[in-house]
Amino acid sequence: MKSYAYFLGCLTPLRYPGIEATTKISMKQLGVELLDMKGATCCPAPGVFGSFDLQYWLSVAARNLVIAQDMGVDIAVTCNGCYGTLQEASHLLEDEDRRKRVNDLLGKIGKSYAGKTKVKHVNEVISGDVGFENLKNKMVKPLKGLRVVAHYGCHYLKPRKVRGHGIFEQYHFIDDLAKLLGAEAIEYKDKGMCCGAGGGVRSGELDVALDFTLEKIKNIANVKADCIVNPCAFCHLQLDRGQIELRDRGLLKDTIPVVFVTQLLGLALGLPPKNLGLYDNLTQPTYLEKLGLGG
Amino acid sequence: MKSPIERKVIAVEAPWLLLEEVINRGSTTFPKEDLKTAYDCIQCGECVGGCPSGRRTGWHVRSTIRKMQLGLREELLNSDEIWLCTTCYTCQERCPRQLMITDLVRTIRNIAFEQGHAKDSHLKIAKNMLELGHTVPPTEEMKKMRERLGLNALPPTALQFPEALSEVKKLAEATGFSNKVSKAK
Repeated sequence: MKSYAYFLGCLTPLRYPGIEATTKISMKQLGVELLDMKGATCCPAPGVFGSFDLQYWLSVAARNLVIAQDMGVDIAVTCNGCYGTLQEASHLLEDEDRRKRVNDLLGKIGKSYAGKTKVKHVNEVISGDVGFENLKNKMVKPLKGLRVVAHYGCHYLKPRKVRGHGIFEQYHFIDDLAKLLGAEAIEYKDKGMCCGAGGGVRSGELDVALDFTLEKIKNIANVKADCIVNPCAFCHLQLDRGQIELRDRGLLKDTIPVVFVTQLLGLALGLPPKNLGLYDNLTQPTYLEKLGLGG
Repeated sequence: MKSPIERKVIAVEAPWLLLEEVINRGSTTFPKEDLKTAYDCIQCGECVGGCPSGRRTGWHVRSTIRKMQLGLREELLNSDEIWLCTTCYTCQERCPRQLMITDLVRTIRNIAFEQGHAKDSHLKIAKNMLELGHTVPPTEEMKKMRERLGLNALPPTALQFPEALSEVKKLAEATGFSNKVSKAK
């Protein structure tokens, strides 16, 4: 069984634990073991701590990498922010001089990073370790009739020089996954656009962040999607809670349910919606009725 | 905002000074040769055309780059504009001169943060990190939700391991981050 250190970050365990629960149970069902990273902290968030103090950002990221290094496994994440930081830190710390500078800091807490720990997004675990063939065989509930749009977020794909997944406008993993699971994957205007949350904009300028979200939601509403599938705890929060905030401000009438990529997967694996935390998303899972799973 | 003539004087008297400061600061973390692309901006505006923040605010990312090149230090560091970037990297992906625009913006923010120009809401996140090891606190509602989902009330992070928290506090002290946060209060 393939094992990863599951890096939780902040928003997955403390705002959307449904993402944590569903990822653990669906990955277990697919033969991937996710281990606890004892004493992990915030990644730290790339757009905020990377904006406040780059050396602090990189050294705390390196400390998180060391936890997995000492467990002898690579890291898996369910947030583009965590991926943004840890994957970039892993990339930057392949450089020996930079690693030495960071290790001088880590030495103060009795730690050292060897520069070998890799960081994978759960998207990559599904595509690489599980594989579509295997997944096809384990699917028990095809998501027939479900109209899905994908939102990929920014830090999983950009900057491409660091991430290595190609041009962000051409990436289509979630669309492919949705199709494999029996759903219909629909294109929409400006699909690659940011949710608005990152870089401290949600905390610093909420109205600006929500205006991003409103534009996205309008574009998605135009293609009559049943749900928005995304791979990032922070985008998930912004699209889910953000729609409620927009509704409260009188700027949005109907919300579109937001689903995390492993929640969609869990449904197709036949896991009960309440175990997947689908009712814990603020946008209610109206699509369940379409799948005959309502009530 | 300085007049065009005052800006010209700064640019002539202190050419590239801020830009060099940004490159030096950023190179503690990013490859220096990547940051040196900051000299190459031709003000084509490709970045502004792709910027989702610029579509709805008054911010033009190419002006930020130009101000950095001209050395308009205080004008840039005091401004709200540098905090309107969601770090989506669209500009950086599309720049025909391969400027590391988003990383330059993050580095400019590092200097602004050090000068005490952080927003209160950003300081709140920084303090959460220093006190909890996380950007947001665990709430009672979330603890209950976690238990209902079959998880422990608290995740196995620094929230359960006080020695982990003291380690990240030491890193905050060693890098000078905790000092910057208390100075900005």
